[in-house]
Amino acid sequence: MAVSEQNLSGNRPRSHNQAAGFTAIPADARPLAIEARGLVKSFDGTRAVDGVDISVPEGAIYGILGPNGAGKTTTLRMLLGIIDPDEGVRRVFGHDRPHDIGRLIGYLPEERGLYPSMKAIEAIAFMGALRGLSLKEGRARGAELLERHRLGHAAGRQIRQLSKGMAQTVQLLGTLVHRPRLVVLDEPFSGLDAINQGKLELMIRALAEDGVTVIFSTHVIHHAERLCEGVAIIAGGKVPYAGSVEAARDRIPAQVRLETRAREGAWLSALPKEARRNGDFLQFPLPEAGVEPLLRQLIEGEAGILSLSIERAGLHDAFVAIAGEAAARQLEADSAANLGETRA
Amino acid sequence: MTPTDASAAIRPRLSALEAAWVIARRDFLAVLFSRAFLFFLLGPLFPVIVGGLAGSIGGQVQREAVSSEVGLAMSAGDNAALLAASQRLAPQLGGALPVLRQVPEAASDPGFDARAFMEARRGNYAAIVTGSLAAPELVGTEGQLRRWSGPVSLLAGSALSAEPATLPRVSKLAVATSAASERSTRIQTAQLAQMLLFLLTMLLAGMVLSNLVEEKANKIIEILAAAIPMDAVFMGKLFAMLGVSFVGIGVWGLAAWGMWSIGSEAIIAVTGFDLARLPAPAVGWPLFIVLGVVYFAMAYLLLGALFLTIGAMANTVREVQTLSMPVTMMQLMVFFLAAYTIKQPGSGLELAAIAFPLSSPFAMLARAALDATLWTHAAALAWQALAVLALVKGGSLLFRKRVMKSGGAGRARKGWMRRPPRNAAEPAE
Repeated sequence: MAVSEQNLSGNRPRSHNQAAGFTAIPADARPLAIEARGLVKSFDGTRAVDGVDISVPEGAIYGILGPNGAGKTTTLRMLLGIIDPDEGVRRVFGHDRPHDIGRLIGYLPEERGLYPSMKAIEAIAFMGALRGLSLKEGRARGAELLERHRLGHAAGRQIRQLSKGMAQTVQLLGTLVHRPRLVVLDEPFSGLDAINQGKLELMIRALAEDGVTVIFSTHVIHHAERLCEGVAIIAGGKVPYAGSVEAARDRIPAQVRLETRAREGAWLSALPKEARRNGDFLQFPLPEAGVEPLLRQLIEGEAGILSLSIERAGLHDAFVAIAGEAAARQLEADSAANLGETRA
Repeated sequence: MTPTDASAAIRPRLSALEAAWVIARRDFLAVLFSRAFLFFLLGPLFPVIVGGLAGSIGGQVQREAVSSEVGLAMSAGDNAALLAASQRLAPQLGGALPVLRQVPEAASDPGFDARAFMEARRGNYAAIVTGSLAAPELVGTEGQLRRWSGPVSLLAGSALSAEPATLPRVSKLAVATSAASERSTRIQTAQLAQMLLFLLTMLLAGMVLSNLVEEKANKIIEILAAAIPMDAVFMGKLFAMLGVSFVGIGVWGLAAWGMWSIGSEAIIAVTGFDLARLPAPAVGWPLFIVLGVVYFAMAYLLLGALFLTIGAMANTVREVQTLSMPVTMMQLMVFFLAAYTIKQPGSGLELAAIAFPLSSPFAMLARAALDATLWTHAAALAWQALAVLALVKGGSLLFRKRVMKSGGAGRARKGWMRRPPRNAAEPAE
């Protein structure tokens, strides 16, 4: 596989965590929480995952970004040891078998699962017990977590009596009750309304602030862009890019938006051939020589500059460039479907 | 929250037994405190109560309907002599003799026709004796004639003898047992124990079939599979259902004991079965009961592991129901194999039944009733425990492969066995 692997530290001017004021340890100094090399998984002769390489440093928020069916869940399931890869190796905190360090991992699957007849507090304690927490301690921590998330009143209610959003929160708290060092969330924003998505983002940031490594899959670009320090872009079971969000954006040259008084003139020949008119604006990639020679030519050619802005490419642009138009379109369709589902 | 504080001091994972305990505890309590469990407990009691009532009524009706009275329609003197003979022989022959009763219609009618009387379905006599002591004539249906002609002949002969019968006294010298009688009577205990073991496993092991359906339907299986090994999930579920079964057996046992205490005489009268007269097993009752409990546990775990695996392949309750029929047939076959070998001790077939893990508990329980050797039980239990482990391991592997779609490389290989990743390029740092 031709993987464009980049370490998270590579040309990363400013991570989101740094932007949010978190104390970020330089990525190259951090040990890896997750390391996967050449993971391959086939189902009934079809390759769902085809040679995935991922490196996630400890304490990072890391996104696996791709449309539905790209292989995100299969990759996460392999990393967690739920299924074994057909080929390749995976290591979680240096261990080949993730079950050996189950106590350190928290997992929220895409398809939420709780025993409907269990009380909320018992469900949290049970999930903690699966990770080695005593039931007594699990109940105490569960009560504290429910109170903190304003669900104290629901502690004694059965899961079947809770709303979907409340049940999802209970499951997330169950994922965190044993205080894991690695939290794996499969499509955590799926099915949540905007308010709960915001709460979840805050929760993920708080976890990272406490040194927890968070890895989540999503098909919504802005979640990855807002939260993640690193991403793996996955499409058709392959990972054409894994590295920092900043480096992904840096792959696309900045875009220049130019508005001029004159519509025609010799100055037009100074523009790169990729320049396209979009209404009153001309849009083109920032020339390699920079903006100064261009400005000079525009002034000399009497273009009459009304406005000129240089815009850095977003993760969406990077996704289009890396994964291709088709994958990007599917990603947008998935996002729209998810939005519709949430509204419904 | 300080995420790393707890993880530093605590072991990084649960042992398989601890993980199984977490699953077993949840499942056990969930089943025990469900409303359905109450019905489950009451279920087997309904047929027992209904059967008991029906049996009691039926028995009474039968007792009233089936008469063992033989009517006397001879001369008054002959009747009296026959009655006296019956009284003389009763201490020796007891129930083998008919109850004799004079037919009033015959006494008042010199031309009494016994045949016409019987055909007119008058009275409630099994048969009627006419004629004289020297030439008694018995009138009745074929069956009754076969039954009573001998005793009537004996009574008439005794009545005819001039002297009062003085029967020689038989002195009795009892021996504790004999090989032939011991074996033949203990077979009854062995058969009954096997039957009970079969009924309990058939009644209870079937519950395991649907045990993973809830987890699969609710997607909880993902959380379990991510947290603990699948063997521990299987083992935990098996032991939870075994615990539930013991609760059920305890409740039913108490109910049976209560019923026996209250109405043992009625039960004996209706069923003809007296528990107290059941021959003692070769290993003695206390050890036999202990072995019964242990072999039940083994039979349950063995069949349960198989059923859990089969049931785990099903996606819906409907599929589980479809699977239950072949599973029941399989249980029956296992039971028949073990039951068939009771009368063939030491034969190749008995050894095969002992060696085949699924029939082994049944065959060995029968052996405990017939043979006092103990080491064979220790060996059989070790073998059965191994088989349980193998079935659980195999079942969980199958589940991971077929349902969780896992497999292939498995755990990372070590040393020279390690397989290089495809296009094993060193990751760019």
